[in-house]
Amino acid sequence: MDLSRDALLDAYRQMRTIRGFEEKLAELVTAGKLAGFLHLYAGEEAVAVGVCSHLSDRDIVTSTHRGHGHCIAKGVDVRGMMAELFGRSTGICKGKGGSMHIADLDRGMLGANGIVGAGIPLATGAALTAKLKRNGGVAVAFFGDGATNQGQFHEALNIAAVWCLPAIYVVENNGYGEATPTEFVTPVKDIAERAASYAMPSAVVDGMDFFDVRAKAGEAIARAREGGGPTLLECKTYRYYGHYVGDPLTYRRKEEAEEVRQLRDPLDLLERRAVEAGVVDADALRAIDGEVAAELEAAVAWAEQSPLPTADDVLRDVYVSG
Amino acid sequence: MPRQMLFVQAINEALHIAMQTDPDVILLGEDIAGGGGRKEQGIEEAWGGIMGATKGLYKAFGPERVLDTPISEMGFLGVAVGAAATGLRPVAELMFMDFLGVSLDPLLNQAAKLRYMFGGKARVPLTVRTSSGAGLRSAAQHSQTLYGITIAIPGLKTVCPSTPADAKGLLLASIRDDDPVVFCEPKSLMFTGGEVPEGDYTVPLGEAAVVREGSDVSLVGVGKTVHIALEAAEALAADGTSAEVLDLRSLQPLDEEAILATLAKTGRLVVIDEAPPRCSIASDVAALCVDRGFDSLNAPVKRVTAPHAPVPFSPTLEDLFVPSAQHVVAAVRSMS
Repeated sequence: MDLSRDALLDAYRQMRTIRGFEEKLAELVTAGKLAGFLHLYAGEEAVAVGVCSHLSDRDIVTSTHRGHGHCIAKGVDVRGMMAELFGRSTGICKGKGGSMHIADLDRGMLGANGIVGAGIPLATGAALTAKLKRNGGVAVAFFGDGATNQGQFHEALNIAAVWCLPAIYVVENNGYGEATPTEFVTPVKDIAERAASYAMPSAVVDGMDFFDVRAKAGEAIARAREGGGPTLLECKTYRYYGHYVGDPLTYRRKEEAEEVRQLRDPLDLLERRAVEAGVVDADALRAIDGEVAAELEAAVAWAEQSPLPTADDVLRDVYVSG
Repeated sequence: MPRQMLFVQAINEALHIAMQTDPDVILLGEDIAGGGGRKEQGIEEAWGGIMGATKGLYKAFGPERVLDTPISEMGFLGVAVGAAATGLRPVAELMFMDFLGVSLDPLLNQAAKLRYMFGGKARVPLTVRTSSGAGLRSAAQHSQTLYGITIAIPGLKTVCPSTPADAKGLLLASIRDDDPVVFCEPKSLMFTGGEVPEGDYTVPLGEAAVVREGSDVSLVGVGKTVHIALEAAEALAADGTSAEVLDLRSLQPLDEEAILATLAKTGRLVVIDEAPPRCSIASDVAALCVDRGFDSLNAPVKRVTAPHAPVPFSPTLEDLFVPSAQHVVAAVRSMS
């Protein structure tokens, strides 16, 4: 195992934070405490954390409507995220963005996005900036299997390939685009095959396995940093909660999510591998579980006590000037 | 002798200055180099955009800063938004404004909203140059005046110059502005000339200009319709009617005070627009006059616009479609 104990514990802590954050949100929605649509990332943690383990603040990511995991993996403050979801002025976007537009450019997080596929050209533009400014940065677009049927996906990958941009396109194939099974709307067996149209390297990744994600993303990111151009990574993963909180889940078998949790849960897989390799012990992980739970409780308490935005905020930040 | 220049040359000069003065300014769009730089084939300079507005820039600034894109308007506008949000100052060329149809999302849901949605953390200093309006006999899909769409999107600014001098100054102001700006270039004006000052200057966004003083009626235009208004003012002067002509120049922000000031001066106002009348700048100006200028009005506000129809091809029909000075004169006479 090429990872240090500290790096593994960090990865585990991030994945646990994402899982805990999403479970907490599900609870808060059920209690009627949160407004709006929520699309939870639980089950997909290994993708965001595995990819972002190679990134720093100078690297840009774009995300999707299911964006909390990418934020946490990119280092966005969990308290600020929670306050954002509570619509408070202390939110990371001052309560203006909400779940589907949560962002923090200081951490290189160029936004969740409510438009399926729209983050893909944005990341491509960020990769253009990195290339022209020669700052060594890369840009990563995270998006779902459904987004690969959008024109923006194809247009952006084509542009990135002809301009040889330092971009990594990460498909999180969780098997469903909203309620529609991927195979109903996508003719290729592996979405990674679509890279061939753009003469772009690609890989199929076990998106439940942090180590596989980390290894294959590492190759792609290193290639991008060295001027080798973009890569398409298809991470096969799974979403536990359905499309949104409240999804009746009528399109999948009741047992399906439970089976995945039993056999392929990304946190369990990470723990098993790390403990078997003797790099960490289970006690250290349980300690992290407790710390994360406490941090999330504190985040909720802080968000609930934070001030609400005021009427002046409606017109603030529409424009920089004029 | 003041320096004369074509509208398209003034735009070209503004792009040169913007790129010389700021290394973050890049250009991207279809055919903007147009195959320039094929030295091995003896070709260093090519199209420079469909109108030639970017001619010479590839040679001056090289392939990293003048980027030919695939015919992927949605893709390259999205790329431009992402580049703008991360530190570049892109100027994208959307060849014809009609192509908003295949490329609106990056403007509508991304450029216009990132700053607001991110709580003020983002800036999107993007300029989208695009050719608008009728006049080249290019029919319904290459002749539309669609700034009504971009004006209606909070977060975007929209500009439309009527002279080469303003084209240069407004384009430099747009590029240096930290908000996304849609810069409309009326295609019927691209090869018309005018005086253009030397050097680096800007015309501020959001400021209209009185281009002819008058006292009996106000004619408000933008882009090409400023010239129609001036022609009508000339005809009206022969009749003894003194018309003031106001060039809006910016449509968002809109210089409401300048509109109300000319209305207060003359008491009568005609607004002329190349776009169809529904949900348009003409309707906005009329509503403003009624809402905030009612006490100044001595006659109903008149709108002289294109009809609610697609732009027809036949030169005979296109000429009937576009508002004319005769329409404006008739509107003024109907008010008295």
